[in-house]
Amino acid sequence: MSRDDAETALQKRLDMIRAARGNAVPLEDVAEVVRAILDTMTGEISAGELRVYGELEALAEVIRKTKQEIADIRPDEIKDDFLPTAADELDAIVQSTETAANAILDAVEAIEAVIPTVDAAAGEALSNATMRIYEGCNFQDLTGQRISKVVNTLKQIEERVNTLVAAFGEEIEQVLKQEDGAPRHAEADLLNGPQHPDAASSQDEIDALLASLG
Amino acid sequence: MAVDMNMRILIVDDYKTMLRIIRNLLKQLGFNNIDEATDGSMALQILRSGNTYGLVISDWNMEPMTGLQLLREVRADAHLKSLPFIMVTAESKTENVIAAKQAGVSNYIVKPFNAETLKTKMSSVLGDF
Repeated sequence: MSRDDAETALQKRLDMIRAARGNAVPLEDVAEVVRAILDTMTGEISAGELRVYGELEALAEVIRKTKQEIADIRPDEIKDDFLPTAADELDAIVQSTETAANAILDAVEAIEAVIPTVDAAAGEALSNATMRIYEGCNFQDLTGQRISKVVNTLKQIEERVNTLVAAFGEEIEQVLKQEDGAPRHAEADLLNGPQHPDAASSQDEIDALLASLG
Repeated sequence: MAVDMNMRILIVDDYKTMLRIIRNLLKQLGFNNIDEATDGSMALQILRSGNTYGLVISDWNMEPMTGLQLLREVRADAHLKSLPFIMVTAESKTENVIAAKQAGVSNYIVKPFNAETLKTKMSSVLGDF
């Protein structure tokens, strides 16, 4: 096949893919086109065609490696496990800081209630101290707003990972098959840090569990 | 002219904790007649309910109605347009301050803030107290 023929064949394939899938073409389709072009390049070939052949081969290899690397990242795990967990953890932080801030405010208001019963100097000292605590409690609002920004960023990442998962479903399944039966790090899997309040066991539940285990 | 320490003040913030902090700081500054709203639309409803307010202290980033939208509604309302309005917000970019100023904000406090800043900004709007 001459260079002109190869370019015509390549253009024809690309036009067909664009017509079928628009401009968002999965790497798998590009790889298929490269393979098809390589298959047609038989018989005597010129030095120029040989160079094109080499470049196409290199391109096919880059695509194969990229697909494998993306599959190894396990975008399915990121989408189904890591991102939702991260969002839940951040929500729990907001809840914890709000609870803590309100507990602090309860205590400060209790202190303020006794200020009229102490002498003037002590009252002023307590009043100044409680004002500084109120000022310090600003943190809850600010951490909440910053965490909301991070959660929004996570949502954007999730959308992009969804696109990756859709494009690499087959490769990801292959990686999963390869990992079946692979040894897991048992202790590492147990270390999850503080649990989300909805899922956490209470001390009473843990005591009951321990008692049931004898 | 002396500041009326019994004036009715409306504080607006979607964080209940923040409302509590501002309310307590205002109490320490000597103001006890304080009402609360958790977004601009609720604030507007309260402001139009018939009571006369001497000051609004509002957050910016709230839903469904933001503090800036509230400010614009207040300035467009014939009965409320002269009401002192202080924005208390974490939005500290120049364009935010300019937008608030153009909308007619009386003063602007960036979070986190302290009681001294609150008192200074209130004094600049209301007079010394």
